[in-house]
Amino acid sequence: MSATRRTMMAVVALALALSPMLPSAQAGAATPRTNTAAPHTTTATPRTTLLAIEHQVMCVTCKIPLNVAESPQSTRERVYIRGLIAEGQTEAQIKNSLVAQYGPSVLDLPGTKGFDLAAYLVPAAVVLALLALLVLLLPSWRRHARTRASTGVDVPKLSADDAARLDADLAHFD
Amino acid sequence: MAGKRPYIPIAVGVLGAALVGLLVYGIATQAPSRSLDEALRHGTHPPAPSADQMLPRLSGGGSTSLAAYRGKVVVLNFWASWCEPCQEEAPKLERAQQQLQRHNGTVLGVTYLDVTPDSLSFVKRYHLTYPNLRDTSGEFTHSYGTDQLPESFVIDRNGHVVAISRGEIDEAFLNRAVSLAERS
Repeated sequence: MSATRRTMMAVVALALALSPMLPSAQAGAATPRTNTAAPHTTTATPRTTLLAIEHQVMCVTCKIPLNVAESPQSTRERVYIRGLIAEGQTEAQIKNSLVAQYGPSVLDLPGTKGFDLAAYLVPAAVVLALLALLVLLLPSWRRHARTRASTGVDVPKLSADDAARLDADLAHFD
Repeated sequence: MAGKRPYIPIAVGVLGAALVGLLVYGIATQAPSRSLDEALRHGTHPPAPSADQMLPRLSGGGSTSLAAYRGKVVVLNFWASWCEPCQEEAPKLERAQQQLQRHNGTVLGVTYLDVTPDSLSFVKRYHLTYPNLRDTSGEFTHSYGTDQLPESFVIDRNGHVVAISRGEIDEAFLNRAVSLAERS
């Protein structure tokens, strides 16, 4: 009997000792429910903003960046982007979705066909032309520089005193 | 003066002229083509451009082309849900569809620069029963010289363009399409 009583007392003591931990234990029990509920929430965590996307894409009807466009189509484009942001899509995913809807012209990049190719070819051609100009001019510049060096046109002559002083100064370093 | 090289200013001049030429070419080619309008003005009926180009169906379920409608009178209508005149003309097009389909004709909508959910809402709102395709690249639309919406084209049973409406359609335009379907 006394053994039973001792056991009961031990259980009560253990319960009392554990009682301060009870609220946190309840909180711990609640946490998994919250976590389980999380996927069912309607709003995903935004991974980007309209501001971040707007200046990277075009208003496809006005042919200007979306962040400065004010047309009915640009308004719908913004609504569509907001929807994708609310779904928790990343910048890259949103751009892909926009290309799927509006075509590649929605991206703030020149196309790779027809006249749009000029956007890539002209800068390359200008660089090549400048290089060609450099190749043409460089020998004559070097020749000119050599001529000036050999004739010593731009090198001032030292006076006898200065030459003597220079020699004396240099002698200190020997 | 003898040391000066004349080819440098010449090369710079040629380069500048080439850039100006490129600019002029760009402006000329970016303008929408009016070759279909010109052909109709001269009394000829040109073949409908890009008829074989496959376009996805707005409602999903694969792709089709304008060529698949060969043998029917087609009112090809370019539209977008955000375009106000398109909203005005949608009920007229649906009424025309009811008449056309009795005579082996159809309205064929092509959405341009529009997002699918908006286009589908538009179809639902105006109870459109005619087929609609999506032109995501804009190539099909541009081949008709279309850069503003709405624009419509009547295509006869042989696949030739017989009438053009650049802007909101009127009843006379649709009546012409319906009478063509009745006659042919």
